[in-house]
Order: sequence, then structure tokens, then C-alpha cells
Amino acid sequence: MQRRAFVQKALSASALTALASILPASVFAAWSETAFEAKDVDSAIKAILGSNDISDSADIDIKAPEIAENGAVVPVQVTANLEKVESITVIADKNPSPLIGSFEFDENLEPYVSTRIKMGKTGNVVAIVKADGKLYRAVKQVKVTVGGCGG
Amino acid sequence: MAKKMRVKAKLKAGITTVKVLINHPMETGQRKDKKTGKLIPANFIQEVTCTLGDKTIMTARWGSGVSKNPYLAFRFKGANVGDKCTLAWKSNIGESDSIEVAIK
Repeated sequence: MQRRAFVQKALSASALTALASILPASVFAAWSETAFEAKDVDSAIKAILGSNDISDSADIDIKAPEIAENGAVVPVQVTANLEKVESITVIADKNPSPLIGSFEFDENLEPYVSTRIKMGKTGNVVAIVKADGKLYRAVKQVKVTVGGCGG
Repeated sequence: MAKKMRVKAKLKAGITTVKVLINHPMETGQRKDKKTGKLIPANFIQEVTCTLGDKTIMTARWGSGVSKNPYLAFRFKGANVGDKCTLAWKSNIGESDSIEVAIK
């Protein structure tokens, strides 16, 4: 009887650890190879955000240089004046793999992100903000003098 | 290669700004070594997380399009001076690093 109780306890304990190791993965989706390797903007968006139903928004501000002398380092800052922002996704539409990155936030985060990206050639920086389950987009053109994806 | 991460977390008017700088080559896998003419294998950070207490408050997923020696800044509410946040990253080739900083 004692042994049985011990075995049961051990089993339930291992079940719990197994559950705990599964949980974080279900809360935050894993790194998506499909999304990051997508060659066009639409399929990248679809893969990372699950939808292509996006409305243009004037409430998203992209700060990026109009002319980037060095495409290897283009500072990009995205600020959204939207409620309940869940994620900000940054895309460079003319890059071989357009999806740069996606930033997922919990409710305490301000809808703001700043980073530096590579741009192969002149193109648009696209910011897609997921707020309250909906997708919003803003676009800013950056002229690149020297590309940042080659040598 | 020195693997280093620098993080500053500063609280001002209720909002903590975290600035992260990581020493990392961020190789796309499409660049050629000029001497050998061979492709340099892809080596880039795929995920950066910020954990406050036991809660992950920010998860960044990156492709190889983030610049070399990546910089990242974000802001959040609801923390106090002295709270500790942990920044961690991992790459496509399985390397990782993390650092804990106290909010100033």
C-alpha cells in the first residue's frame, strides 16, 4: 500500500512537471520558421500573425531615417497610440526575407519598440500592430544608399 | 568572440525603459566569406525575452534581418526601483545567454 502511494505520487509529480514544461510553449507560440523564411510580405504576415486582414492606421508612428546611408544598420522605432497592444511586428518589404521581428507584449508594456534592422535596398518599413485582437498597419519608406544584406 | 550583453533599466515617471545591447554577429547565412568564397553559416538570435519576477513580459522573435550587435529598447509600467528583470536570448544554433539587472 505504501509503495503504491509512493508510485502514484511520483507519477502525479512527473505529470505536473510535464504539464509545466508544456504550458509556456502554449502561451507563447514558438519561433516560426515558415514566417521568417517567407519570401513575400503577405505570407510572412499570415504565418506570424495568422491573418492578412489589416487596416491602415494613423495611430502608429514609425521613426526611421528617410535616407539610410548604411542598410546594415537602420534604426527603427515604432510607437502605437492604440489600446491593448499585444504585439508589434516589423517588416522590410524588399528584403529577401521580409520579416525582421515580432515583439510580443504583456499588458504592462507600453506600445513602443526601438531596434536596428538590415535593409537590402530601398523599400518600405512596415509596422503591424496587433491590438485587442485586430491588426493595424503603418508604412514608411526608407531610401537605402548601400545595401545591408550583401558583403 | 566575446559574448556580452549590456542592459540598462531605468524607471522614470512610472515607466521603466529597458535598453539592451547584445554582442552578436547576426549572420544571415547568405553572406560569403570574402577569402574563401564560401557561405558563412547562419547564426542569429531568434528569441529575446524579458522576465520580471516570474512573468515573461516581453518576447521578441527575430529573423536574421536584425542588425549585427542588436539593439532593443522597450518600456513597461508597474515596476519599482530595485525590481529585478532578466533578459535572455537564444540563437538558431542553440547558443544562449542571460543577465539580471535591477531597475534604477
